[in-house]
Amino acid sequence: MEPDVKMLLSIKNLHASIEDKPILRGLDLDVKAGEVHAIMGPNGSGKSTLSYVLAGKSDYDVTEGSATLDGADLFAMEPDARAAAGLFLAFQYPLEIPGVATMTFLKTALNAQRRARGEAELPTPQFIKLVREKADGLGISTDMLKRGLNVGFSGGEKKRNEVLQMALLEPKLCVLDETDSGLDIDALKIVAEGVNALRAKDRGFVVITHYQRLLDHIVPDVVHVMAKGRIVRTGGKELAHELEARGYADYVEEAA
Amino acid sequence: MPAVQETVARVRSIDVDQYKYGFVTEIESDRADKGLSEDTVRFISAKKGEPEWMLEWRLDAYRRWRTMAEPKWARVDYPAIPYEELYYYSAPKGSSGPKTLADVDPELLRTYAKLGIPLQEQEILAGVEQRRVAVDAVFDSVSVATTFKEELGRAGVIFCPISEALRDHPELVRKYLGTVVPATDNFFATLNAAVFSDGSFVYVPKGVRCPMELSTYFRINERNTGQFERTLIIADEGSYVSYLEGCTAPMRDENQLHAAVVELVALDDAEIKYSTVQNWYPGDAEGKGGIYNFVTKRGDCRGRNAKISWTQVETGSAITWKYPSCILRGDNSRGEFYSIAISNGRQQVDSGTKMIHLGKNTSSKIISKGISAGRSQNTYRGLVSAHRKATNARNFTNCDSLLIGDKCGAHTVPYLEAKTSTAVFEHEATTSKISDDQMFYCQQRGLSSEEAVALIVNGFVKDVLQQLPMEFAVEAQKLISISLEGSVG
Repeated sequence: MEPDVKMLLSIKNLHASIEDKPILRGLDLDVKAGEVHAIMGPNGSGKSTLSYVLAGKSDYDVTEGSATLDGADLFAMEPDARAAAGLFLAFQYPLEIPGVATMTFLKTALNAQRRARGEAELPTPQFIKLVREKADGLGISTDMLKRGLNVGFSGGEKKRNEVLQMALLEPKLCVLDETDSGLDIDALKIVAEGVNALRAKDRGFVVITHYQRLLDHIVPDVVHVMAKGRIVRTGGKELAHELEARGYADYVEEAA
Repeated sequence: MPAVQETVARVRSIDVDQYKYGFVTEIESDRADKGLSEDTVRFISAKKGEPEWMLEWRLDAYRRWRTMAEPKWARVDYPAIPYEELYYYSAPKGSSGPKTLADVDPELLRTYAKLGIPLQEQEILAGVEQRRVAVDAVFDSVSVATTFKEELGRAGVIFCPISEALRDHPELVRKYLGTVVPATDNFFATLNAAVFSDGSFVYVPKGVRCPMELSTYFRINERNTGQFERTLIIADEGSYVSYLEGCTAPMRDENQLHAAVVELVALDDAEIKYSTVQNWYPGDAEGKGGIYNFVTKRGDCRGRNAKISWTQVETGSAITWKYPSCILRGDNSRGEFYSIAISNGRQQVDSGTKMIHLGKNTSSKIISKGISAGRSQNTYRGLVSAHRKATNARNFTNCDSLLIGDKCGAHTVPYLEAKTSTAVFEHEATTSKISDDQMFYCQQRGLSSEEAVALIVNGFVKDVLQQLPMEFAVEAQKLISISLEGSVG
């Protein structure tokens, strides 16, 4: 890595708990602009917790440590301010909002972020054109955009919808939480292509996954192994293959 | 979509606990003495220059009311209403007769402008043809102006203050007044019959499709004033009319009483669509002040194939007690009730509908969306009944409640009575909460918590909003968001 590439996400000694039960126990992670980091680990290692804590879900208490996005203290911001600052979380289980058309949701979200950043709202014709462009690439039909947000969507449709939102909101840092779960290989490819299309030198990714499979399609620069609330090993993309072959058992032992 | 944006902008622009319509207009007024007696009734009737039979009708109602007790079955709790301390008639000074716009007090016109009512007739603006709405504005007890009267007159539609109809069309008023909601109907309706001061009258002749939306705007201004308007709408054979009423009141520490009566009559093949956007002052966050809204609204599908549809968006009032109902008397007639009832702060709502199936092959549909926030209580109370002769009566009821926070309550009290085995009644009910996960999802996409609530609630009520005339749907959507501010976080 070139030394002058800017640090996007910097997490230092992060401890977080839910209902007084510690989940993250001293996690460190640095992601530079343009990089894709994969975080792998067994169930219960705290991968999803990390994504929620970064996004500001109120169930979790940060008890120690810090996290900055582009230099700004994430934990000093409300969840919506973090989003406007450029943090995007692709949910493992996207929520349904009945009666709110997907298109309406997208427009409300985009304009809320633009307002928060002091930018003008996007006029409707431009907005619709923009959504159509991004949706076409992901195989999302006009009909789907008119339906209630995620209501009656298949697993694949929900995940494609997450990527559509990501494409539209143009975040600085994308955190993908188990985006591959529940997807067949065709759906996985579409989603991965959508993500790859967003890779850019000023954007970073944290891809959380249990399986190496996703990383064949979204090829990471760095792979971390997480166990018991900490990063226990860091390597290149070959580390994912090693894990696939050997499993997580060694790391669970080590971290214990 | 733009409406949601506007909603969101509107929510941001207004502080919590600030009722937008809470201004008082300084106008000299002409009031009846405090309290209620036969003299008060005579005073009101004389002010209106009413015929003798009308006075007698009022006095009968008054005497009857003296023997009645306030109903206590609703799930609402409030201190005794001091009927003897209220003023039963208040008119802006000098407006006791019919007026043209030019004669109306400019101060009053400014009040209506503040409320955003298109009282001045709209012109067709630079290539943009706007939909026009005829408005009858009622200020405390009297109608001050009715717009578009001439154009409606060409179509044969009568739209005027009911006091004027009593003078100009006494035979029509006499034929229909009290035939849907009798003067003896219930405590509040009987009180209204005795002291009603104004309201709107609509008659749509045979085969006429009313050329524009009709609208009444009610505003209570005077302190300690009760407002008792009475609306009577008659759709003659094969006619159609869409009518909307809107309501506001200034912020007052005292409670104000509003006891209105609305009667609708639809003859053979006629259709009436009646929409309400009710935004009376709800009281402050501690429950001080606010309007007591005890209203009797009923429609009679008197002819074959008649149709009456009620749509209501109820966001205001400290207490709401209203059950817009349909009597499905004509064969093949149809009744509909679409309701959004929102309660926040200390508001109490007990509202719903009655669908009384009397004729053959009658059908009805009820879609009710109740939203409770703050420390409010929100009850849906609905009756669906089929008479022995109402063969093949059909009803579909869908009653959904949404809770915001954990200090409010939602209650559903359905009554079903079928005296014919051919009746088919379906009832669906759900109660849900806005989940923390839904909120978090919206916030993660950049919405503030208030924007998130507004969006989720607008989705929840979408089926009902779609029933409102377009221009009012946007207004209603804003109102919903404003009335829910301060409900989270």
